[in-house]
Amino acid sequence: MEFLFKTAYNDDIRFLARTGEKIRVALVMILMLAAPLVLQDYYLAELGLMLVYVIAGIGLMVLTGHTGQVSFGHAAFLGIGAYTHSILLSYGVPFSVSIIITLLLAGLIGMALGRSASKMHGFYLAIATLAFGILIETVFGEWASLTGGHMGLAVPSLKVFGVSLTQVWQQYYLDLLFALIVIWGVSNLFRSPTGRSFLAVRDSELSARCLGVNVEWVKIQSFGVSAAITGLAGALLAHHLTYLAPEVFGVLESLKLMLMIVVGGLGTVLGAIFGAIVVSILPVGLSFLKDILPPSIGQTAGIEPLLFGLIIVLVIVFEPGGLYGRWMKIRFFLETFPYYRKSSFVRQKSYLKTDRMR
Amino acid sequence: MNGSQQLSVRNLSIEFGGVHAVEDVSFDVEPGETFAIIGPNGAGKSTIFNLISRLYEPTAGSIHYGDQDLLGLPAHKIVHAGIGRTFQNIELFEQATVLQNLLVGRHAHMRKNPISNFLFLPGVRKREIAHREKVEDVIDLLEIAQYRDERIADLPYGARKNVELARALCAEPNLLLLDEPASGLNNEETDDISFYLEDVKHDLGVTLVMVEHDMNLVGQVADRVMAINDGKLLAIGTPEEVRDNPEVQRAYLGVAE
Repeated sequence: MEFLFKTAYNDDIRFLARTGEKIRVALVMILMLAAPLVLQDYYLAELGLMLVYVIAGIGLMVLTGHTGQVSFGHAAFLGIGAYTHSILLSYGVPFSVSIIITLLLAGLIGMALGRSASKMHGFYLAIATLAFGILIETVFGEWASLTGGHMGLAVPSLKVFGVSLTQVWQQYYLDLLFALIVIWGVSNLFRSPTGRSFLAVRDSELSARCLGVNVEWVKIQSFGVSAAITGLAGALLAHHLTYLAPEVFGVLESLKLMLMIVVGGLGTVLGAIFGAIVVSILPVGLSFLKDILPPSIGQTAGIEPLLFGLIIVLVIVFEPGGLYGRWMKIRFFLETFPYYRKSSFVRQKSYLKTDRMR
Repeated sequence: MNGSQQLSVRNLSIEFGGVHAVEDVSFDVEPGETFAIIGPNGAGKSTIFNLISRLYEPTAGSIHYGDQDLLGLPAHKIVHAGIGRTFQNIELFEQATVLQNLLVGRHAHMRKNPISNFLFLPGVRKREIAHREKVEDVIDLLEIAQYRDERIADLPYGARKNVELARALCAEPNLLLLDEPASGLNNEETDDISFYLEDVKHDLGVTLVMVEHDMNLVGQVADRVMAINDGKLLAIGTPEEVRDNPEVQRAYLGVAE
């Protein structure tokens, strides 16, 4: 069992306080950096795609997990990112400039959505964001002169600062770089005033307001940050897809993002990473399942969304904390061995929240 | 922190669909005093607080703090005017730690630029530590150091009450609205609270306005008391005067035939 002795306020600001954490993170970093040396191109591309979903998941996590604003249309921002980036590239805009414009545009559209959603709660917010997602998907399909409509849009090849990155490992390192920047930045956000105001709005809008938090503005900010990060993921995703079609950014994709953060564990950056891993492994497992199941079941269309739904329900019922919650228990078990008891994580009596004002 | 401004409420009224929750109530709170609002359940005590914190829009009347017209401010600017508050049904940020809760308490004094926060520029760290020092002062004052890293969801009720008081103090208010600071506490905890409130009043010079049912606590700490019933003002005066007022006795005990 390790005891933490804090001797300076910086000890609470630092990210990795425990030795165990440092070792684990270093280990993961080494594995991620060394992956191109050991993995075949196919698996490396899958790993790169997973990193893109890590970014997208963190994007949605900021909004839903940290600010408590549900969004069932987040694939729209993935799409806005992918289309904006690809269209800009096809007009000859350099990668670095295009990424920045994509970030800003997605962020602004997010803020606009946040502006209209800032007074909505729960069910209404879910419906509004769902409608937004469908709306944007329709725009991709109908605005054929710009997006290529349902015929699709070819994504220009990846070229950063004039250097062509055609190899899988080059693209992988690019994804890794962006994923690390996002993980670092979002973690920073949540150890500083902006992020704390997000958490405050999630847990009690009422007292946040009375402590000087401009709740509407926080929601707009959160939508903006979330949309910008998801847009960035979209831009990177475009290079993996190489060909964009509106259907890719539909409701099912939004559901997939939601599945990621719920299964991973709401309210933590690590949860988004766990969720992305699950979502990336799921199709592999599914194709494996299809081989062993009788064709009448295995070949049925729609088995994937069914499984998504089933997993969400099971996680909410049996482990509301998601994989992150499970991981915390395992870690606690190891750290406090042999003192862990079954009741260590049983929630204390919770107190009634009556007459809360919305 | 010095409470040198007067809170003056004039002819305050609010209706909820024909129900006069507060009707034509006027009172002043002098700087440095402890002012208690008492009354039976549903008398409109918390409603007055919610009007002062601008959570409700009054149908008539005015609220001034010093020379500021509070009705001209949105709810999230009230704390900037120097007025903090606590809630009857503790409104802490459940999933956050005590420390995070208290730091949100400093929000009104913080610079929050999302971009510099995202990059965690050196200035952000410096300011975080400066705010942390202020928070630690409050932690020392209310003796909640042992809970610092606990999540609110894991705290016992009495500790939550203390943390909520601490969070309100972190905003460095000149005037503090306390909505039933002793509700749900046992006698010992109530004594502790009255002790802390004395500290807050004398050491920090904060003006206190409290809604309270516990008449012992009111008697111990309040300089003046206002009694209301059915949204209407019954009496204002020292605790003894209000206790002996026949109107107040009628509202609490019923009328002797």
